[in-house]
Order: sequence, then C-alpha cells, then structure tokens
Amino acid sequence: MTLTRREALGLTAGAAAFLTLGSKVAFAAAAETEEAIKAFAGGSMPGTGKITLDAPEIAENGNTVPVAVSVESPMTADNFVESVMILAEGNPNPAVATFHFTAMSGEAAAKTRIRLAKTQNVIAVAKMSDGSTFMDKKEVKVTIGGCGG
Amino acid sequence: MAAPKPRVKVPKKASKGEVITLKTLISHPMESGQRKDKQGNIIPRQIINKFSCEYNGQLVFSCEMDPAVSANPYLEFSAKVEESGSFKFTWVDDDGSVYTEEKELTVE
Repeated sequence: MTLTRREALGLTAGAAAFLTLGSKVAFAAAAETEEAIKAFAGGSMPGTGKITLDAPEIAENGNTVPVAVSVESPMTADNFVESVMILAEGNPNPAVATFHFTAMSGEAAAKTRIRLAKTQNVIAVAKMSDGSTFMDKKEVKVTIGGCGG
Repeated sequence: MAAPKPRVKVPKKASKGEVITLKTLISHPMESGQRKDKQGNIIPRQIINKFSCEYNGQLVFSCEMDPAVSANPYLEFSAKVEESGSFKFTWVDDDGSVYTEEKELTVE
C-alpha cells in the first residue's frame, strides 16, 4: 500500500490526537486515585513503611488477581490498624475494597481477589488508630483484562 | 442467578489467645455494571457491597467492596479468640438481600 502525502498527514494527526486523548484519560485516573488516597488519609499523601502489599508481578487473568495486605501493628485496644484501602489506578473506577480491622482481629492482614482492567499499579493505604497513614504500591502486569466487553 | 451460597472455613478448636485464620467465599457474580450484553445495553451493577464478621456479637472484621472485587468474592482475615463462641458472617447485596452464616469455635 502506498500513501499519498495527504493520507500520511491525516494518519499522523489522527495518531497524535489519539495519543493525547489516551494520556489524558490515564492522567485523570491517576489524579482520581491520588484524590481518593488523600481523602482516605485525611488530606496528605501517606508515607511508606509498615504496610506490605503482596500481588503477583504478572497476572495472566485480570478477572481474579490475588492480593494480600498486612500491616505491622501490635493490634491492642489503643493501638491498632483501623482500615486498609485498596486501589487500582488503571481501572475504570479506582476503588477496590476497604477493610476495617478491630483489636479483635489479632493481626491486620487480609487477602482477597480483585479485577484489574490492564497493567497498572495497585495501591494499599493503611490508617492507624492514631491517625497516621502508610501506603505501598505494586505494579501488576495483566495479560487479559478483567472488565469484559 | 442461583441463590448465593456462603462457604466459610473456621478451625473447630483453638487455644486461648490464639490468632486464627478465617476464610470466606460466597458464590456471587459481582456484576460490575461495566459490561454490556449482546444488544449493547449495560448490564446493571449487582455486587456484594459489604461484609462483616462478628464473634460473640463483637465486630472482628468488616469490609466494603467495589465492583473491582472478583466474582465469588473471597476474603481471608484473622481473629484473636479468648473464649469459646460463635462467629457470625454477614454479606450485604446491592439489592438489599443479606446472606449470613454461623460457625462455632471451641477455645481450650
């Protein structure tokens, strides 16, 4: 197939428009995620440490990706992990789940299975009973997206 | 949709003060509200949006779920037990249905 000058220009412009649009969408999702984290953490971005997010490096099927979170804490009545929020940056809606622990939980650890639409960062944010917050991030490569057509 | 069936794994016995692991699963499609049927109409969202676990009436663990949780939601968490009693697990559906399951535990 040979391209005329006009067709070639049109294609380039189209591709450029597509790319800008694409990156805007990605940016919106990241901003939404950041907002959700801030809302959860009470205004500021949480620090790292204490919380560990465990997710596979490569998920073949985005429909069920096992994730595990655990937070270091003595889990006593006056010093425990209140809640842990899980977010997926690249999903149509970044919220995944929020776990609430109590002193009766014994340890602040939970596992579940989530859907991921594409390769993206999964984020876990922990909120302690004293108000401090921590987060961890893991990139998961997804071979087949989990959002259906 | 077949009626959601909860399945829960709780040890039968534990020692006092032990931290035990609880595993729960409920059969549920967790329709995300993002998918379309063959005619292109959006299939309405229907998910389990809340889960909680109580031991002898005291809250142990609870969870809010969004459509990004997989079908047949699986949850694994832990509980510290000091005395014998019963666990009560509750799932709340978008349509208002509530599914519950109870399990006894003996603490020695």
